[in-house]
Amino acid sequence: MKVVVDMNKCQDHGQCVFAAPDVFRFDEAGRLAYVPDPDDALRDEVEEAADVCPLQAIRIED
Amino acid sequence: MSAPVVVAGASMAGLRAAEQLRAAGHTGPITLIGDEPHMPYNRPPLSKEVLAGKASFESLAFRPRAAVADVEWRLGTKVVSADLDRRRVRLDDGGTLSYAALVVATGMRPRRLRCPGPLAGRHTVRTLADARGLRAALTRPGVRVVVVGAGFIGCEVAATAVALGAAEVTVVDPLPLPMAGPLGELLGRALLRRHEARGVRFALGAGVTGFDGDGHVTGVVLDDGTVLPADVVVESVGSVANTEWLDGNGLDLTDGVLTDKHLRAGGRPDVVAVGDVARFPNARYDGVPRRVEHWSIPTDTAKHAARVLAAQLGGAEPEPAPFAPLPTFWSDQHDFRLQSFGAPALGLDDVRVIEGGPDGDLLAGYHRGGRLVGVVALGGTGAAAAAARHRAELLKTPALTA
Ligand SMILES: Cc1cc2nc3c(=O)[nH]c(=O)nc-3n(C[C@H](O)[C@H](O)[C@H](O)COP(=O)(O)OP(=O)(O)OC[C@H]3O[C@@H](n4cnc5c(N)ncnc54)[C@H](O)[C@@H]3O)c2cc1C
Ligand code: SF4
Repeated sequence: MKVVVDMNKCQDHGQCVFAAPDVFRFDEAGRLAYVPDPDDALRDEVEEAADVCPLQAIRIED
Repeated sequence: MSAPVVVAGASMAGLRAAEQLRAAGHTGPITLIGDEPHMPYNRPPLSKEVLAGKASFESLAFRPRAAVADVEWRLGTKVVSADLDRRRVRLDDGGTLSYAALVVATGMRPRRLRCPGPLAGRHTVRTLADARGLRAALTRPGVRVVVVGAGFIGCEVAATAVALGAAEVTVVDPLPLPMAGPLGELLGRALLRRHEARGVRFALGAGVTGFDGDGHVTGVVLDDGTVLPADVVVESVGSVANTEWLDGNGLDLTDGVLTDKHLRAGGRPDVVAVGDVARFPNARYDGVPRRVEHWSIPTDTAKHAARVLAAQLGGAEPEPAPFAPLPTFWSDQHDFRLQSFGAPALGLDDVRVIEGGPDGDLLAGYHRGGRLVGVVALGGTGAAAAAARHRAELLKTPALTA
């Protein structure tokens, strides 16, 4: 599974970090970092993260 | 499971309900009926990024999950009535639809002021069309703006109007502080100072008794006789639930649709309410039914209601744990963000500063019976992250019995 975050839209809300901590995290500078090609077993978590992003910045590309 | 589901209201909560029904294993037909001509779109930017012109109107569209590619969308169509005993809804195009299960997702509309005066020049912000009209008005040079209502949407619009270069922006409210109802005095005062420092004026403790102007509004009349000159008026004075179409079915519709702990309405296993329109008890707190107009609620309610409905449609006894979401809310105003987790409104009598102070980044904790029930951060993204660190503690909070 491929995950793309539109960093122009992302405002570091961090909702995705709660929903899918295995895929999204904040780096030391407080900016969002993420795993671009997570294991398919994490699909539910990642879909949930995409749902809760207030800026709708997360896209899942199969 | 070929039982047809009808979803009334084709916005965020309706879309999420359809997606979650598929995720819960419902394979039967789903029809979404929405009176707006658009596919579901995201509302929060309508008072922020999109109103400011920093994001396009097109960027608001939600991307429906692939699992709902086969659902039927009846857009530009209104549900005019429902017969819950016969499991039928009637549409404004004259058609009727039968269902095995009904999802109520018709949301809210802005409350309007009834006092006398012209209508032209007075705006509300709920839909794409509203935001387009307001943006056109706010981007005319030198406009004087009066915002009636110092809640979240009103304060966001005021901040955006200042950023767009409005000549004057004044927020009117009968209460003494902005946003103090949900957030309390400490935050209300901090917010007032920050808005004033960025050029927003306030007329607090003041009611609106009328509008001046013939044809187009030219001023807002306050209850002490003052007239605030205005080219643009924004009414952000709360909202009214879209439930008229459910009248006559014995439901409690006094403020949205009253539901049980599984979001079912009127004791009917085949009718659920989701999103802004649902008045549900939250088992995490005191069990008092409330409507919650937070962006996180459509997704939370849809997930729970879909599980309950799918079990019911599949002939199983649905008994998941009662609905107990952790409410989350944010609001962007000027260069700062408010981020809230939990239910601060339940802990207004015991607000403590956890970190920072009223002038910089501020993190406040709201307590009830000595226990943390909500946190609110005000400041930059660092403050929001600090609030998030208390999320685990809030999630642990067992149901309150007060
Ligand atoms: C300007 C604005 C800014 C916001 N900002 C924030 C924010 O910063 N943070 C936050 O947490 N929340 C925010 N919110 C709240 C959040 O957007 C709402 O909670 C959310 O949109 C609710 O979605 P919903 O689907 O339940 O209701 P709605 O989006 O209201 O959807 C209901 C839909 O049903 C349609 N409908 C109504 N009656 C009928 C009928 N009889 N037949 C057919 N269709 C019908 C309506 O036209 C509408 O399309 C904001 C809301 C607004 C308006
Ligand atoms: S939820 Fe969205 S906006 Fe927030 S950090 Fe994640 S991707 Fe960025």
